[in-house]
Amino acid sequence: MAENSLLNDPMILRELIMDHYQYPHNHKLVKDDRYLSRHMASDSCIDDITVQANIENGIIKDIQFDGVACTISTASTSMMSDLLIDKSIEEAKTIIEEYNKMINHEDYDADILEEAIAFQNVYKQANRIKCATIGWKAIEEIIKESEGIND
Amino acid sequence: MFNVNDVRNDFPMIKNHPDLIYFDNGATTYKPQVVIDAITKFYTDYTSNVERGDYETAIQADRAYEEARKCVATLIHSEQKEVVFLSNITAALNQIAYGLSKKLNKGDVILTSKSEHASNLLPWYRLKDNLGVEIKYVNVDDVGRIDIDDFKNQCDENVKVVTFASVTNVLGTNQPVKELTKIAHDNGAIVVIDAAQAIGHQPIDVKDLDVDFLCFSSHKMCGPDGVGVLYGKYNLLDEMDPLLLGGGMNARFTSDGKVVLKDAPHKFEAGTPNIEGVIGLSAACKYLMDLGLDNIHAYEKELRGYMKEKFKELDNVIVYNLENESGPITFNVKDVFAQDAAGYLAANHIAVRSGNHCAKILHEIIGTDQSVRASLYFYNTKEEVDYFVEKVKEINLESAIGIFF
Repeated sequence: MAENSLLNDPMILRELIMDHYQYPHNHKLVKDDRYLSRHMASDSCIDDITVQANIENGIIKDIQFDGVACTISTASTSMMSDLLIDKSIEEAKTIIEEYNKMINHEDYDADILEEAIAFQNVYKQANRIKCATIGWKAIEEIIKESEGIND
Repeated sequence: MFNVNDVRNDFPMIKNHPDLIYFDNGATTYKPQVVIDAITKFYTDYTSNVERGDYETAIQADRAYEEARKCVATLIHSEQKEVVFLSNITAALNQIAYGLSKKLNKGDVILTSKSEHASNLLPWYRLKDNLGVEIKYVNVDDVGRIDIDDFKNQCDENVKVVTFASVTNVLGTNQPVKELTKIAHDNGAIVVIDAAQAIGHQPIDVKDLDVDFLCFSSHKMCGPDGVGVLYGKYNLLDEMDPLLLGGGMNARFTSDGKVVLKDAPHKFEAGTPNIEGVIGLSAACKYLMDLGLDNIHAYEKELRGYMKEKFKELDNVIVYNLENESGPITFNVKDVFAQDAAGYLAANHIAVRSGNHCAKILHEIIGTDQSVRASLYFYNTKEEVDYFVEKVKEINLESAIGIFF
């Protein structure tokens, strides 16, 4: 991350999470056969979200989500959707991999994650790792499914 | 009345975590040293199986195991032979549902409430699927208390089983058990009580309540995990089939498949039981009875009342059960998701529970999917309540997210 980046400021990162929680992006499920869908509710007692993605010709054209979830789940899924829309599956996989490294407190590429580095300290609250990855897990599974269909 | 500071010295978890405020007693409770010692003594002094030994340590284990039955019987005012040891209350409720299923037919009704924990609904739901019995819900008020008039109306000749928690797990509401039991009995129904949140918090007298079955888990009353109690009136236990078959529960069997079961309670305790757990539970019963269940209940009511007054001063919370006399305080911080509020409290060394607390249909009554539950026990203090309320006051969206920075 460039030294003068606003993303180095914890206050800004906190604002980003609040903003994505209060006004989540891509937060509207669609009824469209081109979208693959994942309902994520089995892992935790509370969070219950559905993620949809339209993947065409190896490009993630759109991601939408909705459901009942905490700040971390909602904001991390919202940011995930921003980051991955219009990316190729290969690019998306790299971003997901770097995000998972960050969440697991391993070395990661901060630049590629943009705003999502707001979740860099979630590893300190082990019980919230599930929250920070629920939407990301959903898109990973959707990508896998889309590849299966194309095989 | 006991001195709370003396009591706190009995609990190693409190000594080892002097800064942790444990308000998740509805989930599980801390164990006093005497319980831990009793378990250690079994493993260091007289480890043996029960019900089958001819040697000294085995006889000692057997004696301790049956002594535990007596202790539990004293605690709940039952006969010793009416106490069955199972792995937890869930196992007990499943045993009862299985046992009663033999008496139920299509169209029979099981009457319950929407405040119930999963473990007292799902075993009955299976009977609905398998036998075609109907599950009906009695009306409750906004704290989950059963409406007696509606209960009377619904208790017709089709109702064969009435089942509910004597203290509900999310809102801690006390049901009028004795009154409801009388009505159910007048209509010929069997009464099954989930006492998971009541046991160890208040006196329970099964004879006075006249309930047919009552169950609870040891770990919610200062005892070890993995042990639960099924109390049943002896004639009902006698005619009930065991869910599990195996060693220790049969008197004899022959190669043509004929099995003669032992008498209750032993016929329900197939396999080597959780001996250490039962012995630990025994010590927990003695510990609680020494403190006095009346004293424990009085202390908890006072603490709950103190917390209620403190909560009245907060303007950032919605409380779902403020006026209850005992049990937890269940609330949400305005505009903050329950888990985020619990996360803020955790970051400040306060343990509470957030979520739907395994009562997944309660939201139909209180209008929220999720909440924060702060549940007290007799080793909690007013100082802890003060600190807790101070921290709750600080919670808002900003501070809740702030813990990640």
